[in-house]
Amino acid sequence: MIEFVNAGFAYGKTEILRDMNVTLPAGSFHFLTGTSGSGKTTFLKLCHAALRPTLGTVKLFGQDATTQTRDEIAKMRRKIGVVHQDCQFLDHLSLRENIALPLAVVGQKAEKYEADLNDLLLWVDLSHRADALPPELSGGERQRGALARAIIGGPDLIVADEPTGNIDWEMGQRILTLLAELNKLGKTIVIATHDLNLIRAAKSLVSARVLRLQKGELQLAGAEL
Amino acid sequence: MQFLRRIMVALIGESGADRVVPASGVAGGLTALASACVAFLAVFALSLALSAGKLAQSWSSALEGTATVRVSAPNDQMQAQVETVLRVLETTPGIGAFRVVSDAEKLDLLQPWLGTDVPAAALPLPGVIEVQEEGIGPDLDGLLLRLKAEVPGAVWDDHDRWRLPLVKSANQLRWVTLLALALIGTTFVAIVTLAAQTALAANIGIIGTLRLVGATDTYIARAFVRRFTLRAAAGALVGAVLCMAMLVLLPKAAEGSFLPSLRYDGFAWLLPLTIPVIAGVTAFVATRRAALRNLRALS
Repeated sequence: MIEFVNAGFAYGKTEILRDMNVTLPAGSFHFLTGTSGSGKTTFLKLCHAALRPTLGTVKLFGQDATTQTRDEIAKMRRKIGVVHQDCQFLDHLSLRENIALPLAVVGQKAEKYEADLNDLLLWVDLSHRADALPPELSGGERQRGALARAIIGGPDLIVADEPTGNIDWEMGQRILTLLAELNKLGKTIVIATHDLNLIRAAKSLVSARVLRLQKGELQLAGAEL
Repeated sequence: MQFLRRIMVALIGESGADRVVPASGVAGGLTALASACVAFLAVFALSLALSAGKLAQSWSSALEGTATVRVSAPNDQMQAQVETVLRVLETTPGIGAFRVVSDAEKLDLLQPWLGTDVPAAALPLPGVIEVQEEGIGPDLDGLLLRLKAEVPGAVWDDHDRWRLPLVKSANQLRWVTLLALALIGTTFVAIVTLAAQTALAANIGIIGTLRLVGATDTYIARAFVRRFTLRAAAGALVGAVLCMAMLVLLPKAAEGSFLPSLRYDGFAWLLPLTIPVIAGVTAFVATRRAALRNLRALS
């Protein structure tokens, strides 16, 4: 699903990641940990082709992301659901419209996905907030909304950057449970977090592995929980 | 109609495709305003260009193929000399028609300059013969030599001396107004491009989110293009209609007036209505180019 081969990334002369050699197979569940500044977000951006490696290659779905055109990358992203810590909603659109955005950009008509969208809103317990604007939502509601947006297009890979960073423990557990359910449905999950309690809590839910980054290098490349 | 709709959807997206861009941006409003002003000026410049063309045409054709022979002679020889000129003209190939301008007509021509109380009989008026050429006209060199030999006081005036500079000025005026029209168009392209770039820069976060969920550059560009194309076309329509209304309200030029009216004539009224279409197409091309160029510059 995702393969790093001698991959590295640098902003100018500042090296962020180096010598990444790791494979995340389809259907796997990985936690990416490390201290602040260790390169977690950069690693995740390489996982959904928001960045291209400056060294080596990163293969997504068997394709070398460094050689893809912008349109090919855009189409590849439709197979990837991304959950950002700050959710990245369009504040002038309702939660319903934000969640449906991945379908709208591929030209699907609202009437075609209306039923699926309502089911999804129920699943993340946001039916009553569907018409609210993002600034009116709580942190937990935003995170669940972002998760709903990430999965509405039926992606094969879900990448989440600190999805529980701004919410309380109980809500974090709920998000984790949702992600574990998706993994059981065959989705590949990569979660960047520095919350070790969250990783421990996942032990009872899912068979996950840990990638640990330190100073731009992988220290653990797939250790079991 | 369905076919046209499909083309429009392919070019600028479905109705509501621009909803992903917030409507509150000032760039869209300014584009409509600038477009209205530019269309107003364009319609006016176009009217000036057409009027200058009409002016050049009327000055060029009004006296083309005509000439005047002016005879200066003492009163007692005037009649004989005029008759000699008439004989010369009669026997010159290329002269179609001619007639002697009467004293009453000459006084009418002088009246605006001298007033009505002038004792006409006391004025030493020259003899004037109006000549209409035919075909390629007379052999002018030969005719002038004959006139010089037979009536030394006769002067041939084919009006070119004052007509040609006027026609040249009118033509230059037409080119200047066409240049102004081109400059107005260039300014419009610059305004729309800047407005689109401003809108793109102001919505960089939205663009990031759209890319995150799999939107292609074309989809993102189309959202901006739709907004700017529709606003530019609507603004231009308002500006064009306002200018047309102003031209209708201008007083009509009197028959035989020296300067033509700025109003459009007949089917020419359809010309200003093309300005909003041109504005829309121009905005479409300018915004699309600016949007795609800016999007490609993003990571």
